[in-house]
Amino acid sequence: MSVVEANLEHDVHAHDEHEHHEELNFWRKYIFSEDHKVIAKQYMITGIFWAIIGAAMSVVFRLQLGFPGANLSWLKPFLGKWITETGAIDPNFYLALVTMHGTIMVFFVLTAGLSGTFSNFLIPLQVGARDMASGFLNMLSFWFFFVSSVLMFISIFLETGPAAGGWVIYPPLSALPQAHMGSEMGMTLWLLSMAIFIMSSLLGSLNYVTTIINLRTRGMTFTRLPLTIWAFMITAILGIISFPVLLSAALLLIFDRHFGTSFYLSEIYINGEALPNVGGSPILFQHLFWFLGHPEVYIVLLPALGITSEIIATNSRKPIFGYRAMIASLMAIAFLAFIVWAHHMFVTGMNPFLGSIFMFLTLIIAVPSAVKAFNYITTLWRGNIVFTPAMLFSIGLVSLFVSGGLTGIILGNAALDIQLHDTYFVVAHFHIVMGAASAFGFFAGIYHWFPKMFGRMLNNTMGQIHFWLTFAGVYLIFMPMHYIGIAGFPRRYYQFTAFDFAKSFTDMNMFISVAAILTFFAQFIFLWNFFYSIFKGKVAPANPWKSNTLEWTTPVNVGHGNWVGEIPAVYRWPYDYSKPGAPDDFIPQNVPHSQTLESNFPHENAYIAQEKEIEAQNYNDQFAAH
Amino acid sequence: MVYLVGLLLIVLLGIAVAVAAKLQNVMGNIKSASDDEAPVPNNKINGALWILFLIAGSIGMVWSYLSAEAYFLPEASSPHGRETDSQFWFDMGLLTIAFFAVNFLLFFFAWKYQYKKGYKATFYPEDHKLELIWTAIPAVIMAVLVFLGFRSWTHIMSDAPADAQVVEIMGKQFGWVVRYGGIQDNKLGNYNYKLIDDNNSNPSGIDYSDEASFDDFINVSEMHVEVGKPVSLKIRARDVLHSVFIPHMRVKMDAVPGMPTKFWFTPDKSTEQMRAETGNPNFDYEIACTEVCGRGHFAMRLRLIVEDKASVDAWKQQQKPVLSQILEANPKFISKIPERLRAKAMDYAPYVEEIDITTATTGSATATSTSFR
Repeated sequence: MSVVEANLEHDVHAHDEHEHHEELNFWRKYIFSEDHKVIAKQYMITGIFWAIIGAAMSVVFRLQLGFPGANLSWLKPFLGKWITETGAIDPNFYLALVTMHGTIMVFFVLTAGLSGTFSNFLIPLQVGARDMASGFLNMLSFWFFFVSSVLMFISIFLETGPAAGGWVIYPPLSALPQAHMGSEMGMTLWLLSMAIFIMSSLLGSLNYVTTIINLRTRGMTFTRLPLTIWAFMITAILGIISFPVLLSAALLLIFDRHFGTSFYLSEIYINGEALPNVGGSPILFQHLFWFLGHPEVYIVLLPALGITSEIIATNSRKPIFGYRAMIASLMAIAFLAFIVWAHHMFVTGMNPFLGSIFMFLTLIIAVPSAVKAFNYITTLWRGNIVFTPAMLFSIGLVSLFVSGGLTGIILGNAALDIQLHDTYFVVAHFHIVMGAASAFGFFAGIYHWFPKMFGRMLNNTMGQIHFWLTFAGVYLIFMPMHYIGIAGFPRRYYQFTAFDFAKSFTDMNMFISVAAILTFFAQFIFLWNFFYSIFKGKVAPANPWKSNTLEWTTPVNVGHGNWVGEIPAVYRWPYDYSKPGAPDDFIPQNVPHSQTLESNFPHENAYIAQEKEIEAQNYNDQFAAH
Repeated sequence: MVYLVGLLLIVLLGIAVAVAAKLQNVMGNIKSASDDEAPVPNNKINGALWILFLIAGSIGMVWSYLSAEAYFLPEASSPHGRETDSQFWFDMGLLTIAFFAVNFLLFFFAWKYQYKKGYKATFYPEDHKLELIWTAIPAVIMAVLVFLGFRSWTHIMSDAPADAQVVEIMGKQFGWVVRYGGIQDNKLGNYNYKLIDDNNSNPSGIDYSDEASFDDFINVSEMHVEVGKPVSLKIRARDVLHSVFIPHMRVKMDAVPGMPTKFWFTPDKSTEQMRAETGNPNFDYEIACTEVCGRGHFAMRLRLIVEDKASVDAWKQQQKPVLSQILEANPKFISKIPERLRAKAMDYAPYVEEIDITTATTGSATATSTSFR
C-alpha cells in the first residue's frame, strides 16, 4: 500500500490553527479568503468577466472582417477615436483587438479561468483534503492574477492602445515602440501583467501538485484518483516547467525594450535610423516563447479533458474505458508537449533537419490523442446516457477535440505547413481543438459542479439550449475558416481588399461573422442561468448526478474544512458505475468492499482485509487537534 | 450567396425553435411523464438532436465544401506546390474519413445508448486487445504520413540548383524591395543595414565598396522571373519580421532582420498561361506578407511576373542600376566609393564630364565627417 507510507510523516504539518471556528469577517471570508472554494469562485467570476470581454472583442473584429466598409459609427460611444471619421475600425486597433482577444482567451480565461476554478475547487474535495496545502499561497495566487488582470485591463484604455503585435508578441515588432503604436506603453503593461500572471500561475500550480501528493485522504492511492485530478496534476507540472521559460523570454524582451540590450535585435533600420543593436536573434524569442506556448496549449486543454472524463463516466453510468490508458495518454501528451514547440516555426528559416525532427515528434501526439478519443467513445458504448448540460458539453468537447485535432496532423507536417502557416486554416484548427474544446470543458465543469459550488441547481433546459446553440455555432464559425485557409487567406489581416487572390469568400466571411455574433449572444442564456441560479435556483440535493467521487459526500452547502467530522476514507476507484450485482448503478469511493459483497469481483475481496489498515492510517486532516 | 447567411440563421433558429417547441410539448404534457423517465428533462429530445446534428452537419459539410471549392487557389504553378497539394488532399482524404467515422460513432452512440428506464449499462472498464489495436492503427498511419511529409520537406528545403536565378527580396514596413544582380555581372553585391538610406535611393543598404553591387537594381512593385527556371529567393528584413508568401507558388518563408533566409522554387506557368487558364485577363501572381508587421501588414503587395527569358531580359534592360540613380541625385556620392573602384563606378554616372574631381574629393571629406556624426 503505497499510500500508507506517503501519508505517514505529515502530522507535523497538521497544525490545529483552524480548530477555533469563529466566523471570519467579511474581508477574510469573501475577499482575501484562504478557502479554496472561495478562491475557485473568484477565479471563475474573473474568468467569466474576461471571457465576455474577449468574446466581445472578437465580435468587433468579426464585424470588420465580415462587413468591410460598413459604417460602425454606432460603436463610437464604446471605442471612441478607434472608430475613424468614416465609421471604420482603425487598422492599429484591429491588431490590438486580435492581440488582446488571444491573450485574454488563452491566459486569462482558459488558463486562469479553467485551471484556477476547477483545480482549486476540485483538488481538495476530490482527494479528500480540508483545503489546499497552503491556503495563503493560494490566496496570493489569485490576487497576483487579479493585479495582472487590472494591469491588462488598464492597457486597453491607453491613448496608444494595448499590445498589438499578436498574442505571440514577436520581436522586433514588440520590442520597438517606433515600429508600432501597440509596442509603446501597451506592450510595457502587457509584459508586466504577464510577468505577474506567471508568478500567480506558478504559485497555483505548486500548490496543486503539493496538495495532490501530500493531502490525499486515507486509501486514496494514485490509482484511485479521479481522472480530473490526474489531469490537473499533469497540467500543473506542465505549467511549473514551462511558464518560467516564458518569464525569461519576457524579461529579456523587457531588457531589449528598456535597457538597450540586443537579445532579440539585430541589424535594424527603422524610421530613418539604423539601430546600433547587432548579434541578437528574433528567432531566439520564438523558441523561448513556444517552449511555453506549446505546452500552454495542453495546459489549457488537459483540465478540460480531465473534467470530461469524469462527466462522461458519470452520465454514461459506466466506468471510464481504459482508466490506465487515459492516465498514460495524459502523460504521453504532456511529455511530448515539451518537444514539439518548433512546429510553430517551420518557416522561420531554421535548419530543415530540425523541421523534420519536430514534424516526427508532433505527429506522434496524434497517437495518445486518438487513444483518448476512442476511450471516450467506448465509454458511451452500451451506457445509459443522461444528457445533463454538462454531459452534452462533454460529448461536444470530444467531437471538437477530434475535429480540430485531425487538422493538426496536416499542420504538423512541415511540407504542408509551408502553404498553410499563418493562414485561416491555422485559425480554424486551434480555435476548434484548443479554444472551443477547452471552453466546452469550462462550461461542462460549471454545469456539473455548480450544485456543489452554490448549493443550487442550474436550469437544465436552458443549459441544453445553450449547448446546442453553442455547439452548432462553433462548427458554423470555424468549419468555413478551413476553406478560407485553403484558399490562402493570411490571418491578422485588417481587410482582404489589397490582393486579388483574397478577393473571394466575402459571403463566407459574412456568414462566419453572423454565426459568431449569434453564438456570442447565445452565451447570455448561460450568463442569465448562472447568475439567476446562484440566488434563485432550485436547492440542490446532496448528490444530484449520482456520482462516485468524494466531493458529493460533503454537505450540500460545503463549509470551511469541507467535511463535518472526519474526512471519509477511500476504498475503491471512482468509476464503479453499473457494477454487475450492485443494487444501485453507482458505488461511491467511500463505500468499503465489505459492504458490497454482492458486487465484488473475486480479486476485490482481497481488499476487504486492507480496510482496517486504511482506517487506521494517520491522515492529513489539517483540522484535527493533536 | 446571402443564402449562406440566411441558411445559417435558419439552422440556428430552427434548432432553437425545435428545442423550445418540444419543451413546450413536454412541459405541456405534464412534467411527470418525462421527469419520471430520465433523471434530467428532455433526455429523448437531446438524444434525437445528436442524430439531427449528425445528418444536418454531414449535409452542411459536403454542401459547404462543394460551394467553397470554386474559390480555392488554382492548381499550383510550381512542381513542389503540386506535390504538397496532392499530399495535402491525400492526407485530407484520410482525415475526412476519420472525421466522419469518429463523429458518427460519437453521435450515434449518444443517441443509441440514451437513458432507458431499468436498463443497466455494461460494466466494461478495459480491453487490452482493443486498446492495442487502436493505438497501433493511428501509429502506423502517422508513420506513413511522417514519411511522406519528410520526403517532400527535405526535397523542398534542399539547396537551390546552381543555375537558379537569384533574386533578393527584402521586407520593410510596409512593402517589399526586390533586388537583382544586374545585367553586367548578374551578381548580388554586399549590403550593410547601416548604409540603408531611404532619402538617397538606397532602401536596401547596398554596399558600394563591393564592385558586384554597381549594376544591382531594385524594384519596389514588381518581381520578374523566367518561366521554367528555378528561382532562388534570398530573403531578409530590415525592420521587423515579415514573411514572403506567394500563394500560387505554395511558397512561404519568414523574413528576419539580422538573419537572411532563403527559398527556392520553379515557376513553371507563366503569368500569360495563368491568364488563359483561369480565364481572367487581369490575373497576376502576388506576393503577400504573412507575419504580422504593423499597421500596413494587410497591404504589402508585390506583383510577381513570370514570363519568358526574352521578356525578363527586356525588363531588366529598362531597370536603372541603383548606383546610377544615386549618382544622378547626388554626384558627390562618388567620393564614398573606394578609390580603386571609382573609375568603374563612374561608368554608372549619368553626367560623367560634369563631375569636378576636386569638388568630389572635398565633398568626400565632408561626406565622411557627416556620416560619422
